[in-house]
Order: sequence, then C-alpha cells, then structure tokens
Amino acid sequence: MQITVSVNGESYVRDVEPRLLLTHFLRDELRLTGTHWGCDTSNCGACVVRLDGVPVKSCTVLAVMADGAEVSTVEGLAHGRSEAELDPVQEGFMVCHGLQCGFCTPGMMLTSRALLDRDPAPSAETIREAISGQICRCTGYENIVRSVQWAAAKEAAVRGSADTDTSEAMA
Amino acid sequence: MQVPAQFEYHKATSVDDAIALLTRHGPESFLVAGGHSLLPMMKLRLAEPETLIDINGLDELAVVAVESDHVRIGAMVRHSALLSSPVIAEHFPIFTDAERLIADPIVRNRGTVGGSLCQADPSEDLSAAFSAMRATAVIRGADGEREVPVREFHRGPYETAAAHEEILVAVRVPIRAGSGSAYAKLERRAGDWAVASAGAMLRLEGETVAEVGIGLSAVGAPHFVAPEAEEHLRGGPASDAAFVEAGRIASAHCSPSADQRGPVDYKRHLAGELTTRVLRRAARRSRGEEA
Repeated sequence: MQITVSVNGESYVRDVEPRLLLTHFLRDELRLTGTHWGCDTSNCGACVVRLDGVPVKSCTVLAVMADGAEVSTVEGLAHGRSEAELDPVQEGFMVCHGLQCGFCTPGMMLTSRALLDRDPAPSAETIREAISGQICRCTGYENIVRSVQWAAAKEAAVRGSADTDTSEAMA
Repeated sequence: MQVPAQFEYHKATSVDDAIALLTRHGPESFLVAGGHSLLPMMKLRLAEPETLIDINGLDELAVVAVESDHVRIGAMVRHSALLSSPVIAEHFPIFTDAERLIADPIVRNRGTVGGSLCQADPSEDLSAAFSAMRATAVIRGADGEREVPVREFHRGPYETAAAHEEILVAVRVPIRAGSGSAYAKLERRAGDWAVASAGAMLRLEGETVAEVGIGLSAVGAPHFVAPEAEEHLRGGPASDAAFVEAGRIASAHCSPSADQRGPVDYKRHLAGELTTRVLRRAARRSRGEEA
C-alpha cells in the first residue's frame, strides 16, 4: 500500500505492507534510527515520536495509519548540526546529564519537547507525570527532570530577552 | 520482534463506510481505533484479522458534547481528551479520577473511550466507571442507531452487545443535579492494569441516597457492577456506616481470580475497601465539600 508521510518536514512516499509498524518504517525504510525500538509492547516509550504533534508510541501505530500525517522524530529536534543549533531540550539533557546509556533519550526528549510546547513552565511533578509512560533503565529520572527544567528556564530567558528587545525597540 | 500476521487495510471515511466495510469483509474484519489493545494482540497472534478497518479519521466520533440532560461522549474520544475535558470534570469527576490511572499519558494520547469499552477486558476501568454512571451505549448499524444500557453492553470477557456489523458510536451519560462520583484503583505500578478498582455515583436528597451506582473492575463482578451493595444503599441514609456496609456487601458478592496481581482474599478485601472509599468521596462531592 502506498503511503505519503511527512517526517521532520520532508515528504516520503513508500510502498509498505499494512502490518509494518511506524517504528520499523522510520528505522528500516527511512533509516532514521534515532527512534529506538525497545519493549515492542507500548510499555517502555523508547519509540515515542510525535504524530501530528502528539507523542505516541510508534511500536503500536501502523505506518499506514501515519499516511498523510506529520511525524517528528529526534532527528528533527535540532535546527542544524552544530551545538549552537540544538533544541533547548537537547542542550538541557547534555548540560544536566539527562542520559547515561541513552536508549530512552530520544523518546524522553520528544515527550519533553511536546510538554514544553503546551506548558512552558512545568513543575517537577508535571514533568514526572509527562514521562511516566517511559522507562529509563539507568534510573536517571532525577537528571531527566532537571534537564527539562533547564530547557524550560532557558526558553523563558530567551523569551524574556526577546520581550526586552521589543520594548527597547518600541521605546 | 513481534510482527502481526498479514491483513488487508482500509481507512473508513465515515461511520456508514465503516459499517459497509465490515459487512463486505465479513466476520474476520476488525475495526481498529487507537489500536493499543488490538495491535499488541495482533503482534502476539492472539488476534489475526484478515481485514483491518481504521476509524481514526472519523472526527465526528471524537466529540464530547452536552445535549440537554446528558453528555454524549463519542467513541473516538481519546483518553487524554476525556481527562482534559472541562465538561467531564464539572459533571463526572469519576472519569477524571479514572483517566489519571489508565495506562500512561502517551498511551492515553492514542487509546479511545470506544476502543476500551469494545475491548471489554475484565480489568478495564471505563467499563466500571460508565456502569457506575448508568450510562447508555449508542450503537449504529446499517438500519440506524439503537441504545443499550452500558450494564447490558458487556456480555462477558471480550464480548459486547455490538454485533459484528455494528459500531459503538457514543456513550450517553445522564447529568444528575446534586450528584457526585468518584473512582479509585489500586495498581502495582503506575500505568498497570488494576489489581482492583471501584467507581461510585451518588445522588442525595438531603441525607438520603436517591440514586446510586457502583462499578467494580478486575474482581469478577458481572457487568462490572455491585447490584447488592447498590440495593443496600438505595433509599437509605448516606452515612459512613452505610458506605462501610455497602463495601462489605460488594466484597462478598464479587468473584476475583488469583493471578500475578494478587490472591483472591486480597482482591476481595480491596473491592470492599475501594467501594467504601469511592462512596465517601462521591458523597462529599455531591454535598459540594470536595471538587
């Protein structure tokens, strides 16, 4: 069956079996291996991607269900290849040691990005709730929460200075 | 690696189209909504549909709407949408309580109200909550819509009143002035299925119980309800002693099975304790003492 899926802003047309799962479509068809394939049972959250903006476990979504949809994966988080072009969430994970083995990281970062998009200043409890469907087997949850808080603070600071710039320009 | 068996895939363009596809493809065609019960079963080859009919595009089924004396909850309303709905929080806190405890936020982004009810898993939470609320299932087939009380929708484990060529399109929940509701669940870890869970709806007239619904899940209560405990409360005082006794009766009449989530005695104890707790909370909410 032919499907057209937009992944990180780029449109892909592929002929796939209906039983192909979105996670394998991304990894095997598109070679976007940043989306990890973990438990295969929608428990661990290593495979989380955004489907039309909403975080989903891609091991439990068929690729054909994403036909016509926008998918965002970890490969689409950064704006470019340099450290300066990382998403603040990625920067936060780097600065606050939000990863050890890194297996859960892509899913954790996509959920965190989606959280900050709708709640720019989440409490630690809100962050914990948002990532509660994802498992870090290094048990590095404290640092993951700190990483997201770091990203929220950075984005707030950027917004603050943008506001200042605007008001200065207006003055 | 878990791979489903091969199947044919169709995207339904409307409810009528979905019904036509079910009719055309026969008994081995399944509807798929969020897919978070069906796809795992297909991966394990516990389900091997020949045809999958995807109803995720049916936005007309993804609506929560107040209609005079009831709220109509569309079958494709995602768990996350039910959890964040202000209408639901205002009228039926039982669903807000329950949704916080169903799976995890990412699964709730995908799983649906209708999918949960139609999966009819004996440990499913919304079945108990809708049964406590004495809600009505709206089922559509080629000849139009029919309504079935949710308490008659479940025929047994994984079995519902919807025929193969019918679709559950919505659930209607009556709005009862002066009522309160609550849900509680014990789980081994966040996001797990219930060890036991209970939901309650109370409408008080003064301090008398005018209407009551008690739902139970994961403890082998037929149709997810505790009718003997309801009978004990109806028309009587909304007192703590009555709630404790209702819990004892619910506990005595359910029939849990021992499994990895616990032995029979433990689950029976939980059924009683949780019933009492949700009755207390529903009463506080109906008196306006708690949000």
